[in-house]
Amino acid sequence: MKTMTLTRRTLLKGGLAVGAGLVIGFELPVSRRALAQQAGVFAPNQWLKIDRDGVVTITNSVPEMGQGTMTSMPMIVADELDADWGKIKVEQAPANPALYANPVTKTQSYGGSRGIRDHLEMWRKAGAAARQMLKQAAAQEWGVPEGEVDTEPGTVIHRPSGRKLLYGQLVDKAAQVPVPQDPKLKTKDQFRYIGKEGVARLDIPIKTDGKAIYGIDVKVPGARIASIERCPVFGGKVETFDASATKAINGISHVVPVSNGIAVVGDSFWTVLKGRRALKVKWNEGPLANLSSAQITREYQDLAKQPGQVARKEGDAEQALAAGGKVIEATYQVPFLEHACMEPMNCTAHVKADSCEIWAPTQNPGGHQAIAAKITGLPLDKVTVNTTMLGGGFGRRGELDFVIDAVETSKAVGGPVKVIWTREDDLQHGFYRPATYNVFKAALDAQGMPTAWWHRIVGPGILIQKGRAPAGSIDPAAVSGARDHPYDVANILVEWKEKDFGVPVGFWRSVGSSQNAFVTESFVDELAHTAGKDPYEYRRGLLGKAKRHKAVLELAATKANWGAPLPAGRARGIAVAFSYGSYAAHVAEVSVTPEGNIRVHKLVCAIDCGIAVNPDQIRAQMEGGAVYAMTGMYDQITLDKGRVQQSNFHDYPLLRIAEAPVVETHIVDSGEAPGGLGEPGVPPVVPAICNAVFVLTGKRIRTLPVRPEDLKKA
Amino acid sequence: MISTTVNGKRENIDADADMPLLWAIREKLGLTGTKFGCGVAQCGACTVHVDGQPVRSCVTPVSAVSGRRVTTIEGLDPKADHPLQRAWVELQVPQCGYCQSGQIMSAAALLTRTANPTDSDIDDAMAGNICRCGTYQRLRAAIHKAAAIKRGGGR
Repeated sequence: MKTMTLTRRTLLKGGLAVGAGLVIGFELPVSRRALAQQAGVFAPNQWLKIDRDGVVTITNSVPEMGQGTMTSMPMIVADELDADWGKIKVEQAPANPALYANPVTKTQSYGGSRGIRDHLEMWRKAGAAARQMLKQAAAQEWGVPEGEVDTEPGTVIHRPSGRKLLYGQLVDKAAQVPVPQDPKLKTKDQFRYIGKEGVARLDIPIKTDGKAIYGIDVKVPGARIASIERCPVFGGKVETFDASATKAINGISHVVPVSNGIAVVGDSFWTVLKGRRALKVKWNEGPLANLSSAQITREYQDLAKQPGQVARKEGDAEQALAAGGKVIEATYQVPFLEHACMEPMNCTAHVKADSCEIWAPTQNPGGHQAIAAKITGLPLDKVTVNTTMLGGGFGRRGELDFVIDAVETSKAVGGPVKVIWTREDDLQHGFYRPATYNVFKAALDAQGMPTAWWHRIVGPGILIQKGRAPAGSIDPAAVSGARDHPYDVANILVEWKEKDFGVPVGFWRSVGSSQNAFVTESFVDELAHTAGKDPYEYRRGLLGKAKRHKAVLELAATKANWGAPLPAGRARGIAVAFSYGSYAAHVAEVSVTPEGNIRVHKLVCAIDCGIAVNPDQIRAQMEGGAVYAMTGMYDQITLDKGRVQQSNFHDYPLLRIAEAPVVETHIVDSGEAPGGLGEPGVPPVVPAICNAVFVLTGKRIRTLPVRPEDLKKA
Repeated sequence: MISTTVNGKRENIDADADMPLLWAIREKLGLTGTKFGCGVAQCGACTVHVDGQPVRSCVTPVSAVSGRRVTTIEGLDPKADHPLQRAWVELQVPQCGYCQSGQIMSAAALLTRTANPTDSDIDDAMAGNICRCGTYQRLRAAIHKAAAIKRGGGR
């Protein structure tokens, strides 16, 4: 990266500029002097540079984990720059929060569907500033007023005289033009790439011929392979170990204790796996040695009888429930779930006396740089993080553990090391979507409409466990999707009773909204059926204050022909949810086999993500989000004696092709600020399906995973 | 020393006989397009062809391919222009892409034996390949598309 040549001072300047917020986030990080030293390259900001051949190199900061950022990000910059799409090159940013931090979170940690929604304005301005400078340079060259020049892709033109200059011909002159601080942005009708169909993803060809390099594929000369034997119980530590049999294996070079267990290092993954099997370890299993899922459920049930912290209170729900109308009660329970990225966790690190280099499929290059600096004692700028392609992220790859493994092991053996996890390691040492227990009560008036909504959630707080929210506070990750439900009810009480057993929890695609949309959208469906009303019309009647929820609900219902007859044995279910800045509604068309197996034939989805940058990738995220969500209907991580009982895809099955529904996506052109896409396609899927199952079978699914024996025809 | 042919090239692989073909391909030959996903033939990310048949390389000992022809994603087409690869690009199938080498290798074996696969043929042939990103809908369409390209003379 050229930015590596920047001086400390300019880096600091760039950092301050970015830290100051969106408006000047694109501000020139490179001093005029530095630019002059890079003859032939026009680099007005950290996001793009143009060489004399007109090649536009765009630096993307958001890791490519399948969501298409490596294309959507350049589309945004190229649009405002009016670049020729055929001349775009994309580089992945190194860890350098001073230059590349997300302007909202101020970190280089990527989750929460924050790619486009947090960066759009900054990236647009980065491109627009460069375009304005190129226009100014051409106007000077021609001696014409700037107002007379315009651009076409990769070219500045002077229409009155018909003169043209390619961007590549203008780079030296443009580099001398001051960077505009408030460049004029295009209007929607001027967009060339944003919102347009047919912009092919740049990373797809190399994902069809084996050339894409994921973390696990990185080749560092001299690198050894390592794998780590971990305590089967969370939080357990090594008491003693005997590595003599391991070390006797040809090809094993080191056996070293590290924070997360014992690293076995050797010349191939197969060898180190043999080495792991030959290890004799006595573990101190720690306080969770007897924890079981049955115990977790029992304690949750007991705790659900106690008041929690009040996450939302409007009116007086307790009083309304006691007022004598019809009262409905239900309990819902969901299990722990693991991300199960297709690429098992891995990281390569090379710790030297005066530097550390990391190659990782990471959602958190900034956090990984910081933890490596802490482990090695090196200053931040001596730690280089190379972000490779990610074989799935889903929230798992923002955690620190797999990088700690590699940095500690490299430090211990004194050379480059690639640490690779097995699938068993991955499933049994994850950061799980929290298991929760929920109690609902509602009171209905004579018309069947709710006068009280009462919801108590019991479960752990992800942010609190990670020390990112104060102990005793209301963890937003525990209540999102529950406390912010859109329904117009006069008396609402949503409580959260914290209970953390110490099982590591993490951000599973759509986080709290995954389980909270399931329970909320299932319970509102219960109310509709109890009231004898159509679940779609019932929701509509309660969405008076929630225009965007209502719009996606109506669009999904209309496109799915809600109410129209279906073939025998099929039914529809509906659900709607807001998450990560976007609104989504799904209608599921479902059947249930006599054996009790659910078949999802079709999901019709409406999504309002504000400005729609890349429509085909919006569809792709809805298609993928549905499949991801559906695994949450069938899977669970359970514990016995403190150990995860699932080990691989035979007992943690992921959805396969025959089970995947057709997903039809309709995009609402709301013209609003950008929302997320990676996560919002997940929350309404499972409740929409389970609501259809109720119509078919009369059985309300209140506990996940779904058990076919419960749905079997008697 | 195991002597075999990989992507048309003779290779002598110095590996323990029980080393899975997957790791021999990745670590000994440096061909990293074939992926590790589960190690127990549950996900299909490691699918390669041995004498034209799809196999899960993570559970195939390297000794089992002695004297046989192995094809990996890198060798599927000399110009990476197999009808499946074209269809994959045209329909924008991959998301994270990690499983796609295995998906394409399984699909290629299907098209070799079934020129015009039905949805049910696709379900059967692709049942062993997991995609966590959920690209199944496009993947199915792309297999149909590739079959059409092939029938139209595009190899």
